[in-house]
Amino acid sequence: MTLPDRRRKRAWRRGLVLLPIVAAGLAPAAAGAQEAPPANHWSFSGPLGRFDRPSLQRGYAVYAHVCSACHSMRALRYGDLRGLGLTEEQVRLLAEGKPDAPLPAPFPDADAARAANNGALPPDLSRIAATLPGGADAIVAILTGYRSSRPVAPGQYDNPFVPGGRIAMPPPLHAGQVSFTDGTKADPDRMARDVASFLAWSASPHLEQRHRLGVRVLFYGIVLLVLTFMLKRKVWRDVR
Amino acid sequence: MAGPRHDDVSGSDRPPPPGANEQSAAEAPVGPLSYGRFGGPPTSDLPPGAPPLAHWIDARLPVLSYLRREYVEYPTPRNLNHLWNFGAFITVTLVLMILTGLFLALNYEPSVAGAFASVEAIDRQLPSGWLLRSIHMAGATLFFAALYVHIFRSLYYGSYKRPRELLWLTGMLLMFMVMATAFFGYVLPWGQMSFWGASVIVSAVSAVPLLGHALAALLQGGAILGDVAIHRFFVLHFLLGFAIAGVVGLHVLALHVTGSNNPAGIEARGPGDTLPFHPYYTSKDGLGLVVFLLIYAALVFFAPGWLTEADNYLPADPAVTPAEIRPEWYFSPFFAILRAVPSRSGGVLLAGLSVLLLCLMPWLDRSPVRSARYRPVYRPMVIVLAMAFLTLLAAGLHPPNGIWLLLSRIAAGCWFGFFVLLPFVHRIETPRTLPGQLAVADPA
Ligand code: HEM
Repeated sequence: MTLPDRRRKRAWRRGLVLLPIVAAGLAPAAAGAQEAPPANHWSFSGPLGRFDRPSLQRGYAVYAHVCSACHSMRALRYGDLRGLGLTEEQVRLLAEGKPDAPLPAPFPDADAARAANNGALPPDLSRIAATLPGGADAIVAILTGYRSSRPVAPGQYDNPFVPGGRIAMPPPLHAGQVSFTDGTKADPDRMARDVASFLAWSASPHLEQRHRLGVRVLFYGIVLLVLTFMLKRKVWRDVR
Repeated sequence: MAGPRHDDVSGSDRPPPPGANEQSAAEAPVGPLSYGRFGGPPTSDLPPGAPPLAHWIDARLPVLSYLRREYVEYPTPRNLNHLWNFGAFITVTLVLMILTGLFLALNYEPSVAGAFASVEAIDRQLPSGWLLRSIHMAGATLFFAALYVHIFRSLYYGSYKRPRELLWLTGMLLMFMVMATAFFGYVLPWGQMSFWGASVIVSAVSAVPLLGHALAALLQGGAILGDVAIHRFFVLHFLLGFAIAGVVGLHVLALHVTGSNNPAGIEARGPGDTLPFHPYYTSKDGLGLVVFLLIYAALVFFAPGWLTEADNYLPADPAVTPAEIRPEWYFSPFFAILRAVPSRSGGVLLAGLSVLLLCLMPWLDRSPVRSARYRPVYRPMVIVLAMAFLTLLAAGLHPPNGIWLLLSRIAAGCWFGFFVLLPFVHRIETPRTLPGQLAVADPA
């Protein structure tokens, strides 16, 4: 089994922890089947990947207007949003002058969060694209994969992309919910992709610097390799 | 080995100090007591051509002549292969770990409330913090990878044998220290795997007969794994990094007493069998190091998540047990032995024994021949030992049932079987004829 396979499998079980399911009154038939999320093309995948800045910024707008009602991103500070390509001015406006302030959390603690969400705990999203098996693809699949917008049981929605096929989060995305300043039409598919990009950024905020520096370091290393190889050959030539 | 001694450049022509008997300072015995102690003129061990300032310094602080003797002239077997690079790889990794670790420590907060957030802040907000952390994390993986190769090299070529027993034992001590350091370090970010991994280890320690409970209490330092434990682990992690550097000093000191073993396993017999360390092995180690650092960089920059558990980005939650608690890959072989045994204390005992037995290698192996090249029985055995290690490594990463449990038991059997059979091997083994000279053993 490859590493991602194992991760995915393990996470089936862990999903029960992330998105707790109230067992009472669950319909047994469909439960348990989890579908694999369809693969998307992402500009940031692969060893030389880059983020799509406009998409990141729209993704942040989706987070701020929709997701942040229930989900925190405790590890982020406003200043980090410079990484989305926002200007100093934009960051200052968002942060109300305090770029070192953390993004506000919707609930003071886990108990309050549970109380407001039928006992389910909306996970923090700072690293969700790293810890959720399937990453950004899984986020898109979950956000757009609801079979019905109505609950199948109190506080339970039918979604084939989570373990057990039931999720406590109501379908969050609706057409036109956010108005993007770049004029992009805010349909749920677009919003899901954008917010998934944003969350992927948040899970590895230095991906681009890492790749860029990495290419230079490897290049330098390869030149050094050729030189040290020649040096070693020269030194050892007379050993017989 | 010491070169001709030279009077200090200041050219003191004092008479011999009172009480000096027949030996004048100029013909003082070569050795550590002759550095002008108690009034003799300071002398330098550097060759005559060295700059006067170097002589002046060396006569007072003989580091230059020491470095020259041990890292320039130092006679080294001419036939060392690239497996002899790995000690240098580990040393360089250790330096990188200490340097990056220092900067991480400056920004880390050892508390339940602050640890996870401080690591996030290092990764996100501290300038280049992500780079420091990535180097430190990939370093742990490469440290162990290089260490395990280093150990198997020593096993294969019989480098643990007389007269290198203490070199071997300082190495084993280093391995234990490195393991402890890695464990303490992994707990520090206080993610889910940190917490639950630490819980597993503390409970394993408590299963050690007699001392177990006391030791576990000492580690945990309270009713639960919490602030006290984090603080202790932080201090120990920090301290051990430097302690390891100190023991590496002893390790290399011991190495330089006997000189390196070599792939033929016979002692170098004279100048024709050795080369000065510089420039021959500085260039060979240098080449190896560049390859090693390229692999290191590839991990740091292009696969920082490979071989680490994504779950450790979830904050520790004592109320939520992860479905599966897996150790980092480098502890996996021992974890597999632990789980291969149905009884908990039996498993802990065997896992501990599996490493402790390695310490006895110099005494369990009674054959006078070192290198596995010339040992038709030992060679397949040590290869099976390496395969058993890799099998256990893979088994430890899978749930302990079905084929993996079976494989881990077979591999554990091979591992222990090796040590049981080893003392008898020399009786049945007819070694192949040893070459007389290294140049014959490995023609260039
Ligand atoms: C922090 C960990 C360690 C460091 C930095 C380290 C460093 C070194 C260095 C620089 C050398 C000389 C170059 C070479 O032969 O590769 C060496 C040799 C050696 N080391 Fe280590 N070592 C470490 C751990 C160990 C361990 C765990 C063992 C085995 C238990 C070990 C056993 C040996 C032996 C037997 C030699 C001599 C090999 C020969 O001459 O054939 N070392 N070590």
